Amino acid sequence: MSAANTMTLNLKIWRQKNPQTEGKLVDYRVENVSPDMSFLEMIDVLNEQLIHKGEDVIAFDHDCREGICGMCSMMIDGKAHGGFKNTTTCQVHMRMYKNGDTIVVEPFRANAFPIIKDLTVDRSAFDKIIMAGGYITANTGNAQDGNAVLIPKPIADEAMDAAACIGCGACVASCPNGSAMLFMGAKISQLALLPQGTPESAKRTLNMVHTHDTLGFGNCTTHAECEATCPKGISIEHIARMNREYTKATFTYYEKNRSEGGA
Amino acid sequence: MTINLDPKIPAGDLSYKWDKHKFDSKLINPANKRKFTVIVVGTGLAGGSAAATLAELGYNVLSFCIQDSPRRAHSIAAQGGINAAKNYPNDGDSVKRLFYDTIKGGDYRAREANVYRLAQVSNNIIDQMVSQGVPFAREYGGYLDNRSFGGSQVSRTFYARGQTGQQLLLGAYSGMMKMVAKGKIKMFNRREMMDLVTVNGKARGIIVRNLITGELERYAADAVLLCTGGYGNVFYLSTNAKASNASAAWRCYKKGAAFANPCFTQIHPTCIPVHGDYQSKLTLMSESLRNDGRVWVPKKKDDNRKPAEIPDEERDYYLERIYPSFGNLAPRDVSSRQAKFRCDDGVGVGPTKQAVYLDFRDAIKRDGKDTVAGKYGNLFEMYERITGDDPYKTPMMIYPAVHYTMGGLWVDYNLMSTVPGLHVLGEANFSDHGANRLGASALMQGLADGYFVIPYTLGHYLASTPLEKVTIEDNAFKDAEQAVKLQTSKLLGIKGKRTVDQFHKALGHYMWDYVGMSRNETGLKKAINGIRKLREEFWQDVNVPGETGDFNLELHKATRVADFLELGELMALDALERKESCGGHFREEYQTEDNEAKRDDENFAHAAVWEFTGQNSSPIRHKEELIFENLKLATRSYK
Ligand SMILES: Cc1cc2nc3c(=O)[nH]c(=O)nc-3n(C[C@H](O)[C@H](O)[C@H](O)COP(=O)(O)OP(=O)(O)OC[C@H]3O[C@@H](n4cnc5c(N)ncnc54)[C@H](O)[C@@H]3O)c2cc1C
Ligand code: SF4
Ligand code: FES
Repeated sequence: MSAANTMTLNLKIWRQKNPQTEGKLVDYRVENVSPDMSFLEMIDVLNEQLIHKGEDVIAFDHDCREGICGMCSMMIDGKAHGGFKNTTTCQVHMRMYKNGDTIVVEPFRANAFPIIKDLTVDRSAFDKIIMAGGYITANTGNAQDGNAVLIPKPIADEAMDAAACIGCGACVASCPNGSAMLFMGAKISQLALLPQGTPESAKRTLNMVHTHDTLGFGNCTTHAECEATCPKGISIEHIARMNREYTKATFTYYEKNRSEGGA
Repeated sequence: MTINLDPKIPAGDLSYKWDKHKFDSKLINPANKRKFTVIVVGTGLAGGSAAATLAELGYNVLSFCIQDSPRRAHSIAAQGGINAAKNYPNDGDSVKRLFYDTIKGGDYRAREANVYRLAQVSNNIIDQMVSQGVPFAREYGGYLDNRSFGGSQVSRTFYARGQTGQQLLLGAYSGMMKMVAKGKIKMFNRREMMDLVTVNGKARGIIVRNLITGELERYAADAVLLCTGGYGNVFYLSTNAKASNASAAWRCYKKGAAFANPCFTQIHPTCIPVHGDYQSKLTLMSESLRNDGRVWVPKKKDDNRKPAEIPDEERDYYLERIYPSFGNLAPRDVSSRQAKFRCDDGVGVGPTKQAVYLDFRDAIKRDGKDTVAGKYGNLFEMYERITGDDPYKTPMMIYPAVHYTMGGLWVDYNLMSTVPGLHVLGEANFSDHGANRLGASALMQGLADGYFVIPYTLGHYLASTPLEKVTIEDNAFKDAEQAVKLQTSKLLGIKGKRTVDQFHKALGHYMWDYVGMSRNETGLKKAINGIRKLREEFWQDVNVPGETGDFNLELHKATRVADFLELGELMALDALERKESCGGHFREEYQTEDNEAKRDDENFAHAAVWEFTGQNSSPIRHKEELIFENLKLATRSYK
């Protein structure tokens, strides 16, 4: 890469040592940024410079760096993952910027996602939503042949569209209410679409929605910011399907309070 | 110390061994299972499926992972698919054929009995995953769809778009979460195992670092399952996730678990080429692309025309030319090596000349853009996002990259290492893939180990082994923790001039140049000396900023790189001692006239099993002879 193509960028990055201390935006300047670099590689370069200066590195979450693990999470210029279509932070490339740009980098902010350090937040509330019912009770060894239940291709495809969620939390960070309805709707919808998932659908939906509300996530008021920033293009139609499942469940679901002991 | 390398293969006919073994295994009654605690380190396909299944059976499971959630384990990144011998397409598949393909694909360096079992349980995996709601691709009639993968002539690969690993992992994860909610699994995320604790020679616990607070924690159990993945990141650049590491396995090696075939590394032929020295990882383009993409280079050296301007007669579709019966679907090791040979010959393409074309022109002409998009749309998008080029219009440029490690901790038929109680599952063990893994077989193996093998073999171990009472106050725990503390303060105290990444990259260069796609004696010796020197420098000159009681990312990296610097040397040594070529291990001294790998079955039909003998003494190389009773050793040919 010739020097002519490289850029100099001004960064304003959120630094916060831990949850107890206050954070602030700190200015950094990075030179010789190649347009082929990924956004995280650019931060890597900055971190290497900080180490040489004896300073603490900028803490951020990342792992796969190919847009699938859902670990990376940055608000870039006020938008979750930078606001590029179907793109996670790790897939943002510097060719999307130009020489001299100033870029503001902050953590995902939401009630339910407390900050751990700098750009790292705690998203374990998502696991708690799944624990409340985001599964099909199928113990190992019970399964019938995979082709025993036929699933029409359009249904399988739609379930896959929903299942593509990577659990990154961008939907929550971009929602004015800090709601996790898109994340949760995607899971409820995936399982409700599939015949294997229907027996538990009512119970699942009621439990997950209830848990969501107790974890500090807000309600959905249909701003659709989530859909716009979701790096996997999850559609808010899944929220609509979840709402239908919820309504159905409130009418149909009852659990008999009976002992399971046999004779 | 003497190590016992009895593979404990059950007697009898190959196809009955597993059934017989299951019947012969001792059982633990449901009420007693709750008296046992099992540590499962890692939540990828292997660890996730094992934790969920053992908890369902009634054991108390303590589960650990580095990431902030078990759902993010490296398995999530697998794209292409998972094999099974269902024979739904009626194209001649069977358990026996999957077994045969896997042994042959691994260049006859895997254990027959294990591979046969793997093929046997492969079908249960698909059923299990469907029942958990994995949205596998379907045909219009609603039946499961299959495609073919490298190294096989049947279509046995099940897939969920280009995200098969994600969907399988989310299936295993959902099973885990169900059991976390029931209190049968205690989940510890953002934890890194720092050492294994043995009491009276048995694995009884682990020391972990709480990555957020920096504190060390002790956990005791009746058995430990290591499901910590592969060590491809020893090369610095690989397709593995950034946190993938060798440390857990390496610490176990130093506690007595023998390490088998460390030099067996898989270099995947279709990855996006390196573009700069700031590069932090490499991205795989799924092998499934080779079903429709054609691999070629220009016939002329320094042909600087655009690919579209090079007419067919001036292109060398070298895989189709050399391997007419497998063509672009030749196995990974073979395809990677051929790409390297082309680039060494000076006909490579792209700015660095270290790339070949993978061209979809003919597939788009034949099937239409929509069909191609339906199969590979998300991969094409990913390629364009990273490179800025549109593969619908211009061929992809690809080059081999480190992808998978067949080597790992040695295990017997029960998946137990040479340390009693320490079981190793998934990519972390030395596995069923011999010297080369076939595409879509790692997901199969991880899930086979976790869902269908360990529940039986672990039960037998627990039922037949006297287990003394241990607590985390025992000296073994204190001593192990103290050793980790010492290492940590040493690392933080050096305050040298080079960063952890600088050392890791330097190690990666040695590994790629001398222990990579093609190896020779001079190079391997150079690597061994170079790595030793680098390791000394590391302990004198590394700069790890920050402190212990903190979320200290540089410290986390430093402990992993310290272990990679030791493992790298063992890999080179293993490659030096294996004086033959087989699978992914290509020694230039041992090749046929047309540059194919030349095996030496007389002297090397064994697994090389390394025993640690101390920090300053040489490891000992043992052998597990591989006995082929059902297949005849043959020269692998894909022509
Ligand atoms: C890009 C890519 C694509 C692939 N595609 C395919 C494919 O299509 N088909 C196929 O069959 N195979 C594929 N593979 C291979 C396959 O994905 C892996 O071999 C497999 O997923 C490994 O699973 P695992 O459970 O053994 O380990 P991993 O998924 O690597 O999980 C390791 C776990 O261990 C934890 N861990 C590691 N060290 C520690 C420690 N010290 N303390 C605590 N926890 C620790 C991690 O947090 C993680 O949870 C692919 C691999 C890559 C890189
Ligand atoms: S719905 Fe989209 S934005 Fe929300 S967690 Fe899933 S992938 Fe991320
Ligand atoms: S690092 Fe995995 S999605 Fe970005």
